[in-house]
Amino acid sequence: MNINTPSALCIEQLSYAYSGKIALDQVSFSIQPGECTLLLGPNGAGKSTLFSLITRLYDSREGQISLCGYDIKRQTRLALAKLGVVFQQSTLDMDLTVMQNLLYHTALHGIARKVALPRIQQELERLNMFERRFEKIRQLNGGHRRRVEIARALLHKPALLLLDEPTVGLDVPSRLAIVDYVHQLAMEENLAVLWASHLIDEIFPDDHLVVLSKGCIKAKGTVTEVLAATECASIKEAFYNLTQGESS
Amino acid sequence: MNWLHYWRAMSGIIGRELWRFITQRERFISALVRPLIWLFVFAAGFRAALGLAITPPYETYILYEVYITPGLIGMIQLFNGMQSSLSMVYDREMGSMRILMVCPLPRWFLLLSKLLAGTFVSILQVYVFLGIAWFYDIHAPWQGYLWVMPTLILSGLMLGALGLLMSSFIKQLENFAGVMNFVIFPMFFMSTALYPLWKMKESSALLATLAEYNPFSQAVELIRFALYAQFDQQAFFYTLGAFIVFMAAAIVGYNPSKGMMSKKGGA
Repeated sequence: MNINTPSALCIEQLSYAYSGKIALDQVSFSIQPGECTLLLGPNGAGKSTLFSLITRLYDSREGQISLCGYDIKRQTRLALAKLGVVFQQSTLDMDLTVMQNLLYHTALHGIARKVALPRIQQELERLNMFERRFEKIRQLNGGHRRRVEIARALLHKPALLLLDEPTVGLDVPSRLAIVDYVHQLAMEENLAVLWASHLIDEIFPDDHLVVLSKGCIKAKGTVTEVLAATECASIKEAFYNLTQGESS
Repeated sequence: MNWLHYWRAMSGIIGRELWRFITQRERFISALVRPLIWLFVFAAGFRAALGLAITPPYETYILYEVYITPGLIGMIQLFNGMQSSLSMVYDREMGSMRILMVCPLPRWFLLLSKLLAGTFVSILQVYVFLGIAWFYDIHAPWQGYLWVMPTLILSGLMLGALGLLMSSFIKQLENFAGVMNFVIFPMFFMSTALYPLWKMKESSALLATLAEYNPFSQAVELIRFALYAQFDQQAFFYTLGAFIVFMAAAIVGYNPSKGMMSKKGGA
């Protein structure tokens, strides 16, 4: 990798509080292109707050966030153009078809229809959803809706893909299919991925980890590095020790 | 980022809103039923009770139904503005608002596009209403039907901006019903939509003053004059001023660092 290439995501000394209650405290980490980083933490650890700050839905008063070298506060639009997001809750319009939802997204990103249509076809075909493009979202099951959301998040060719617990509520085959697909994307497309989860079995051996608990980073690094630092045999054990057994 | 990006995004937002409105048949019908009931039932009943003097823009004695038609147009736009903001609170709770807010365009532009989309929907409703009213013998000069279009854009934007402002303050969907009662009903009844100002002065000077300074009254008067191919300058500037104030406040409300979004922990 070129040493001058900026990190896909760089977070430095980030803190955030809701009405005096600290949600994030001095959080710092970075993600390089092609890296899949899992943000692990029990419920209430600050994962969703961190996502809201990266997507500029909230504003950080302390610390800095940059995407591909663009500061999210000062160069918001350039930074957001590099970002694809799959939120925890579905953000699809249930009364519109798959195609209408995706065209709406490409319009928001200023992509011409003649460019958008082949991209939509490509992304939907990769997820085996092209045949269902004229179905309303309401008619799709949870796993298929998630696939559409992932396809949508990739349409404007982002450098960083954020996924906020995208597999919650899905059955095991749908969950595994999404986990495999996203890891494949990171590898083949050199896409940086930040995946918030509290499910240990979504981790691949080559993944990077950031363990968050009560707003603080408890551990970060590759799976091997985290295991070595915590002197644990498994990520499950390491996660339990780091989060002091908080319910996940 | 170029103007084409802005154009595509705005077309996308307006197109989505129009499509949703057209395909949601119940919403279309209910948006029309409300003013039509007022016209066919309330106005017919009130016709005998309320005597109307000749006041501009009318040049002759008019039926009460004719008088309240601009008020009912305002009502359509008022309800539509609130409905749009209600859908924004819903979208925010359900998450689809997030997709809009994370796209790489200035937030003021996204809010303005959303507002324009709602305004176009309301104009569609108004013209269907005017069409039905025409068969009920409520006729305006044909130029009036054209003149009223730009005023509907302004009044729709003003009322939509008010809804937008409210939606930026409302934390949950459940809170919306209360606010609707505290805003829609006082705004509608304390206005010139149902009774002229001079008539109100006869019963309460205070009420008449409140009605006079109510931005909804000014929007209704703007529509009333436009429907007769006339321009009410005072109402125009008042409505424009109200739009600018509401819109600026809504933009601040949706600003992640300054507005309510930062305080309520939801976007």
